[in-house]
Formats: sequence, C-alpha cells, structure tokens
Amino acid sequence: MRNLRLFALTIAVLAGLFGVQFVISGYPVLALTRILILAVFAMGYNVLMGYTGLVSLGHALFFAAGLYGAGLAAYYGGVALPIAFAAGIAAAAVLSLVVGLLALRTQTVSFMIVTLMFAQAGYLATLHFSAITGGDQGLSLPAHARSFSLLGQEIALTSATARYNIALAVFAVVLLALYALTQGPRGRLFAAVRENPERTRMLGYDVGRIRLLAFTVSGTISGVAGALYGLMFGFIGSSFAEFRSSVEVLLFTLVGGPGTLFGPLVGTTVMTLLIDRLSGLTSAYLIAVGVLLIVLTLWFPKGILGTIRDRWAPWLR
Amino acid sequence: MAEVTLLQTRGLTRRFGGLTAVDRVDFTLMQGEIRAIIGPNGAGKSTFVGLLSGRIAPDAGTVLFDGQDITRLPAHRRVRLGIAYTFQITNIYPAMTVRENLAVAAQSRLAHEAEIAAAAQEAAIAVGLEDRLPDRAGALSYGHQRLLEVAMGLALHPKLLILDEPTQGLSDDEIDNFLTVVRRVAQTATVLLIEHNMDVVMALATAITVLDRGRILAEGPPEAIARDPAVQDAYLGSAT
Repeated sequence: MRNLRLFALTIAVLAGLFGVQFVISGYPVLALTRILILAVFAMGYNVLMGYTGLVSLGHALFFAAGLYGAGLAAYYGGVALPIAFAAGIAAAAVLSLVVGLLALRTQTVSFMIVTLMFAQAGYLATLHFSAITGGDQGLSLPAHARSFSLLGQEIALTSATARYNIALAVFAVVLLALYALTQGPRGRLFAAVRENPERTRMLGYDVGRIRLLAFTVSGTISGVAGALYGLMFGFIGSSFAEFRSSVEVLLFTLVGGPGTLFGPLVGTTVMTLLIDRLSGLTSAYLIAVGVLLIVLTLWFPKGILGTIRDRWAPWLR
Repeated sequence: MAEVTLLQTRGLTRRFGGLTAVDRVDFTLMQGEIRAIIGPNGAGKSTFVGLLSGRIAPDAGTVLFDGQDITRLPAHRRVRLGIAYTFQITNIYPAMTVRENLAVAAQSRLAHEAEIAAAAQEAAIAVGLEDRLPDRAGALSYGHQRLLEVAMGLALHPKLLILDEPTQGLSDDEIDNFLTVVRRVAQTATVLLIEHNMDVVMALATAITVLDRGRILAEGPPEAIARDPAVQDAYLGSAT
C-alpha cells in the first residue's frame, strides 16, 4: 500500500529545489535556506501533531536543544561541525525521550500545558545560565566553526550556495525518512492512535509506546532543524527557545496541512514569506498572523494541503 | 474436537464503589464453543467481559487463558495472545478506508505489507465487505460498520472472539447475515457473545451462561436454560 504518486511528488520537489538555485540569487537564496531549515522543524512537529494527533506547545525546547547542543559543542568544545551537528541531534533525542516519558502521562489540554511548561523551563534555563549560553545576547560561533572539510574538500558556511545545498541535503534526508515512516505500516499506526486510541489498544498495540516513539522522532527532527540553524548561521541565542518558536511551528503546520507530508514545507514557505512582507510594512505583523490563525482554525482546519487532499487528492498525505 | 479449556476464571470480582458488579465468578469456556452470556441490564455482563479482555482490572480472582495466568496482563498483550474484543458501541476508524481499518488489525500479527493486505482482504471477504475495501469506513451503513468491526476482530486471527451486543441496532436481514458470519467464525475460533436478542442467542449458542447481579445464575445448553424457572423469573419473564 505504498503511495507511489506521493513518492513521485517527493522526487519532483527535491529536484525542483535543487534546480532553483541556478535561477535565483542573492536574498531569495538565503530566504529559501531559512525556509528549508524551518520546514524541517515543522516536519518534525507534524509527526506528533499531524500524524499522531498530539498538540504540543513546547517544541521550541527541542529546536533549542539541537541549537544549543550543536552550538555549545562547536563554541566551547571546538569540535568539527559534523560532530557538533550530531551532538545537537543527540541532545534533542535524549531530551525528547525524557520529556515524552513525563508529558505523555497527560492528554489534550494538560498535555499542551505540560509541554509548554517544559519549554518555558528550558527557555528560562538558557537565560539563567547566560554566562555559558550568552542568554538573549546569544553567542556568535567563532571562525573555526564556520567551515568544515568534507571528503578532503573545505566547505565554508559563509558561502550562500554551500549553506543552501547543505540545508537541502538535510531536508531531503528528513523528507525521505518521513516518507518511509508515514506511508508504511508505522504511519498507519500513528494515524490509528490519532483516530481512535482505545480501538488501537484493543487491536493489540501499546498506545503509550507508539506515542512515545512519535514524540521522540518528532523532538529529534526538531533538534536536527535547530542544530542546522545554529551552525548554518553561526549564531545561537535564547530567542529561539521562546514560546514564539513553539507557536510558529504550530502555525506553519496548521497552514500547510497537518498530517500531510508536504504540509510543513508549504506552510513554512507561505508563512515565512508573509511574515517577511508584513514585517516590512508594519511592526505589528503578529496581529495579522493572529487573525490568519483564527481564520484558518474556523474555516480551514485541515490547512492548504489537507483541504486539497480531502477534496481532490486522497493520496496527498 | 477434544474438550480443551480455553479460558477459566476463579473468584473473579470487581466492585464499583459499593456495588459488586462481578461477584466471585468461576467460569469455564471450552475451545470451539459459541457461548452466549445473557442477563438483565446491570447484571455485570459488560464488566465481566471487560475483565476478560483486560479493559477493566479485577479486585480479586484470576483469569487463565490457554493455560496461562493473564490476570495482570494489560489489554493489548491479551489481544496478542489471541483475545479479540469488539465493542458494544461501534468502534472503528471512521476517517480511514475499510482496507486501512482491517490493515491496522492485521499488522498486529503480521510484518509485511503484502501479507497485511492479503489478510485485510481475507477478513473483508469473511464478512462480505470485499466490495467496500476502498470506501471510507465512516461512510458505511451502521450494519456494515458492525460487520467491519467483526472483520477487524477476525483479522487478528483470534483464539477467542468476544462480541459485546453485536446485533444491537441491526435489521432482521442484517441479523441473518450476521448469524452466518458468526457460524463461519466459530469454525476457527471460540466465540463469547453478550446478547439481548434471544432469537440470536437460541440460534447461535452452543451453551448459555446467565448472569444476575454479578453472579452466575445458571449455565447449560440453550434448551435447558430456556426451561429453567429461576432464569425465567430473573430474566426471560421480565423481558417478554
């Protein structure tokens, strides 16, 4: 029951994203790099919220775990960037497993509050330990952490092209991994837990373990995005751990379509471009974002791709 | 078939506050039976099968299944051992297709997508839903949804299939079809059903257990139960 049309679309999108760098230059490349990294964050969030049906308000914590795990390793440890990247992912994986074990004792609204509390604790910790983390001033990564060698080739992260292709490579790996995860038996189980946990339990599944798996995968992928973001742009700061990050990733997923493979990419693209434009016009752009959120919740709860899926393309999931 | 005990309870008890819903029940089920549990409302039937399936934890007593003590086993582990449970209120995945509903059940015991798909197909054929495989489960008629739920139980290949009031809300035609399905199921699995419709019970059951106020009031072949004056007094008399 693999989803061949979706797989074809996946390949086409990746090819398109690779090709587009020969057409655009300057600021759009930077914007698209950011979009790809934030889309990875949203894709991680979507595993939990879209596919498994658990709404977390604390995913900034896992993004920040990746960001600080990687950033601090590079800043203080002076390790090579690939190792710093791995350290960030490991930090997010461990943290999401532990937080998942605790937070999944609750459900629905309590779950949202508990995840929010954990994230706030993480945010406050980054401020409290500002001697190490740099607090809200943040830390700029030193020159040695702005380049690394890959197969004997020196790659400088000051190059926009290098950054774009690294971001695209990570995005592609995550996208393909999520295709495999969500379109196979495991994805069907996630959906079963989302649609009817009690029925799923009575078909012989440990619902708690499935949720924990989804939570950990979700948090780890969010950490991948955080680690990548910090290393790509050479800056780590507590603003990334703020509540706003958790809300934004929720918004990206909602706009694009929760529980669809490409919803996070579409939502992140639309929202980042919109926020970019709006913040150029007014400093009160968050009001417009808020209005959009209300409109979506009322009239398009399934998001852009979710609506298209339900009306025309059931394979788009 | 040799007489093999499939399921046995000893002193099984469950209280809700001051009410003892299931009171020291000793119950034995043989392999290959179609056993009906009947009794007036509030007799403890649903609680009793809830204790068997693991949805409810007992206060006292033990449950043995296939020679193994499963009293402390969580519900999902009991399903893996071969106890399938279908809900009193239809409980499916309405947003998913019939095929996906059955696949979720089948992958509980199978690993490969091809095997899962084949098992889903087989379960659909067993209840006559093979033409509806691509349809959204929520779009099926009520009767078909009940059949889908039984098919999900079948896809588990259970040793014991527990049906909690399966014919409730079905039309006469649907009930006839349902009887055929259950008889077919009974060739490979033991069936335990809670049922209010006495015609269904009489048509299907090889033995009947009558529960009243949490205790077994009577047990035996259908004809004997129908004649039992205590049963008539407690249940049949008041129902007709």
